[in-house]
Amino acid sequence: MTVLFGIFLLTLLVITAVAIVQTRNLFVAVMLLGIFSLLIALNFFILDAADVALTEAAVGAGISTVLFLGALALTSERERLGTQHRWLSLVVVTSATLVVLYATFDKPLFGDPGAPVHQHVAPWYLEKTPEYIDIPNVVTAVLGSFRGYDTLGEVFVVFTAGIGVMFLLSAHSGGANRRKQEASGIGLREHLIPRVVGRLLVPFILLFGLYVQFHGDYGPGGGFQAGALIAAAFILYALVEGEERTLAALPQSWLNALMVSGALLYGGVGLAGIVLGSSFLDYSVLSADPIAGQHLGIILIEAGVGMTVTGVLLSIFHAFAARDQA
Amino acid sequence: MELLGLYHYWVFAVLLMIGFYAVVAKVNLVKKLIGVSLFQAAVFLLYITMSKVTGGTAPILQEGMVDPVFSNPLPQVLILTAIVVGISTTALGLGIVVRIKEEYGTIEEHEIQEIDRR
Repeated sequence: MTVLFGIFLLTLLVITAVAIVQTRNLFVAVMLLGIFSLLIALNFFILDAADVALTEAAVGAGISTVLFLGALALTSERERLGTQHRWLSLVVVTSATLVVLYATFDKPLFGDPGAPVHQHVAPWYLEKTPEYIDIPNVVTAVLGSFRGYDTLGEVFVVFTAGIGVMFLLSAHSGGANRRKQEASGIGLREHLIPRVVGRLLVPFILLFGLYVQFHGDYGPGGGFQAGALIAAAFILYALVEGEERTLAALPQSWLNALMVSGALLYGGVGLAGIVLGSSFLDYSVLSADPIAGQHLGIILIEAGVGMTVTGVLLSIFHAFAARDQA
Repeated sequence: MELLGLYHYWVFAVLLMIGFYAVVAKVNLVKKLIGVSLFQAAVFLLYITMSKVTGGTAPILQEGMVDPVFSNPLPQVLILTAIVVGISTTALGLGIVVRIKEEYGTIEEHEIQEIDRR
């Protein structure tokens, strides 16, 4: 039954993707992209990747749609000319598809426990997590501790991308724009239903975000998902109540501090490992008991990840929105 | 049933190439970025498909599980972080597109090239 449902969802994914590429209206394409993200999140869920599904639903269907819409408001909603070199592209793409399809016949069958990917380090992670880290969610254990270097790198990539967007979009938007924004930044305040529902939802999304942040050791969740959820709550508030009020509640300077201190907190926990006489990002030495040290380290770095992701995503949103009013 | 075992990979291949087509054939820069997002989502699907083990469950340890089978946590970790990195880099791309619109007055590739040639 689950297999059939999976195949149904995958087929829907392909149909949505074709519709996204076909339509000339970019607004429609962005909305379909949100649906596509939700469908792929469902797929991840039935493929046992609860953490990934949560992230994709919050980021793909929520924040990415809003960012694309922000960009559309600044550019144009329609493609003027559809395609160039249509036949050449189709030939190239079709032959590439055939090559990839040919390659899939060498893949182990879906769900095969003997596949090479399940033989290497993954069984070790599953077996040793209770012994070394002792938290139920193995994904969080691998993300935070076993492969902490990767995650540190990813956090810095997110941080760099945030700085990049702010550099690109903050050029010539001085005080004049800010003042204009005050007059026009009323959001959806005159629409009663979105306003009431939106305002009701914001605190619950924030609460859920905090739950996901601190419950990441025990169930699906962690800093990346929580950061996206908290950013989504503030973006919803901005859409309902206007930019100005959101920036009054959480000013840009706080967001800057949030993203910098998140990245520094992560790096600092890593350095603390060295100072206390072990290696970089080894949390066992943070406390007298190695397992308690691991718990403390993971909670701290997850907090760092959450802060950076929230700060970066909200800063990106505000950069687009401020440009919109200019 | 044997062939259905590869269905996920075929969907991956098709989605990958739909995204690739949007990148090479479409002229509009926002549409190209949407194509990049589709391409990226296809890669995510490939990794998560590989992590699935038949009869497995999400890799969250619980007391009292008898002989549990877990799906592979490693691809999930890689993709979890990749999703957030993906949205940040897409946002960077959109930022560049917005600046191009402001400088050139258009986001259609051939028109930008024409302006550059002048």
